[in-house]
Amino acid sequence: MNFNKLALAALLAIGGTLAATAAFAAGADMGAAEKQATNWHAIIMFVIFVGMTLGITYWASKKNKTAADFYAAGGGITGFQNGLAIAGDYMSAASFLGISALVYGSGFDGLIFSVGWLVGWPIILFLIAERLRNLGKFTFADVASYRLAQGPVRIFAATGALIVVIFYLIGQMVGAGQLIKLLFGLDYLMAVIAVGALMMIYVTFGGMTATTWVQIIKACMLLGGATFIAFGVMSHFGFSFEALFAKAVEVHPKKTAIMAPGSLVTNPVDAISLGLTLMFGTAGLPHILMRFFTVPNAKEARKSVFYATGFIGYFYILTFIIGFGAITMVATDPQYLDAAKGGLNLKGGGNMPAIWLAHAIGGDMFLGFISAVAFATILAVVSGLTLAGASAISHDLYASVFARGRTSEGTEVMVSKIASLGLGVIAVILGVIFEKQNVAFIVALTFSIAASATFPVLVMSMFSKSLTTKGAVIGGYIGLIGSVGCVILSKVVWVQSFGYKDPLFPFVYPTLFTMPAAFLGCYLFSIMDNSDRAKAERAAYPAQAIRSETGLGAEGAAAH
Amino acid sequence: MKQAQHCQVTHDKIQANPKFQELVSKRTAFSWTLTVVMLAIYFGFILLIAYGKAFLGQSLSGGVTTVGFPIGVGVILSAIVLTGIYVRRANTEFDELNRQILEEAR
Repeated sequence: MNFNKLALAALLAIGGTLAATAAFAAGADMGAAEKQATNWHAIIMFVIFVGMTLGITYWASKKNKTAADFYAAGGGITGFQNGLAIAGDYMSAASFLGISALVYGSGFDGLIFSVGWLVGWPIILFLIAERLRNLGKFTFADVASYRLAQGPVRIFAATGALIVVIFYLIGQMVGAGQLIKLLFGLDYLMAVIAVGALMMIYVTFGGMTATTWVQIIKACMLLGGATFIAFGVMSHFGFSFEALFAKAVEVHPKKTAIMAPGSLVTNPVDAISLGLTLMFGTAGLPHILMRFFTVPNAKEARKSVFYATGFIGYFYILTFIIGFGAITMVATDPQYLDAAKGGLNLKGGGNMPAIWLAHAIGGDMFLGFISAVAFATILAVVSGLTLAGASAISHDLYASVFARGRTSEGTEVMVSKIASLGLGVIAVILGVIFEKQNVAFIVALTFSIAASATFPVLVMSMFSKSLTTKGAVIGGYIGLIGSVGCVILSKVVWVQSFGYKDPLFPFVYPTLFTMPAAFLGCYLFSIMDNSDRAKAERAAYPAQAIRSETGLGAEGAAAH
Repeated sequence: MKQAQHCQVTHDKIQANPKFQELVSKRTAFSWTLTVVMLAIYFGFILLIAYGKAFLGQSLSGGVTTVGFPIGVGVILSAIVLTGIYVRRANTEFDELNRQILEEAR
């Protein structure tokens, strides 16, 4: 009990705006604080991290003068730094806790997700990264609307971005709630409010500079921590995968079934649709695309993807070892198991295998470190998401659509900050509503929206001479409405959330249908469009191509 | 106005430069080739999961380790290697060509 109060006091000392959290917590139910005796290390390391990031936020707030500073860290991030930040932005709690939990529960199937989440990166490099940097300023909508009508294209792009951001935030919030509940014994609601408050501080005061450094620090901590756990597991088994797998097969209730693909992918349509979703969804995430505007030129953009792919690939191999490590070292130890539920069920819920494995390997001290890391992970990801969502509201909707360019940079940044606060509140509310969902699946669903709505329009705007505003907007909405609709009618929402007996959409992932439909929509409605505006838009393609391919005129984009 | 004219001249020069056409066609071909390679590797893996469960589940060398593991890890490594191949060629050949095009358009 004392530890909880102490943690809150420390939080308060650093972030004055968290006062509301404390007021709630004073009367909160502390019944869940079963691990309090081991919490010291976690609390100290958590406080150090928060202190450090708030220090960076303060430093960044002094540096933030222009809109380019706020949205794109002034374009002054190097390729290596951006690679780390991208990795920090992308390696979410869902990947760390969710994938290791998936491996813990069903073995090999976890690999399907980690592979899918990685293979989108080469595609981003080959097709998108350099052109995105050359054409855009702050948001991917800058690129999509480069030679098209600003209003309709930006409204579409911002709608897609906001839906993805909000769905993605839900997944992060659920992870945060689980984690701090365990770490502090706080009520789920308090945990979600604390994350919401910290992310609002980072984004509103520190903008992209603070967000970038929070992501870099988190990436280093996460890669270091995961390496240590995986190393601990492998040294326990004499660095023999065979020995690790043999023990896992021996103790897991599914026995040898964990060594082969199982029930996750049940039919080929779902398998291919899942693959498309994970692969192209990555290339349509607004917070990831936004990171490419923080580097000075196309060459650094390119290098950042190479570093990011390396870090992320390495990390996914580690999560796999961690999942199997948890089967052998956590599932066999009664102190981590939830005796009331039986089987493989763990104390603290389904996303805890990696956390308990950290304890099994490095004791209380390391549990503290990993808890702090996982928390940092969530903060880094939600900050990137919030900034992307806020820039869609301020840069795309407010400045370009509502004010039609007749606004000052200062006002635009102010709108962005207000939007960040609004998104924080929404994230907290939705975090509570979605408490019981598996975070890995929530993230997968946001990917189908990114793959079906954002990605097709972005690629068409870069590569298709014939694309017009009409085609981009109609095709884009086909993908957006189609994917959101199918997800709602599929089993995950229709049956599991709404309680109906049978899903109206028979597959789990709609991308196999919605992504081609969006491409086709973009193409057909473009070639059928013979208005004067459409002709002017097509005539503008060669000039766009020169900038897109050579970077001519793009050098100063972010610096300005 | 003067700047717009200057811009137009630069654009025309680049458009007319055969090196620009060369850069665009070479890089586009290279990008899409690597994209197709990545797609083939990944969807090969996915189709194996859907249709070749028994193949992926068979023992690699008599123990519990199955064929699926080195294949899965191989897909991860292939992604890293392919990005490396692209960056290597882009950093040297394409960037040099790009530099020449911009130089000649001045």
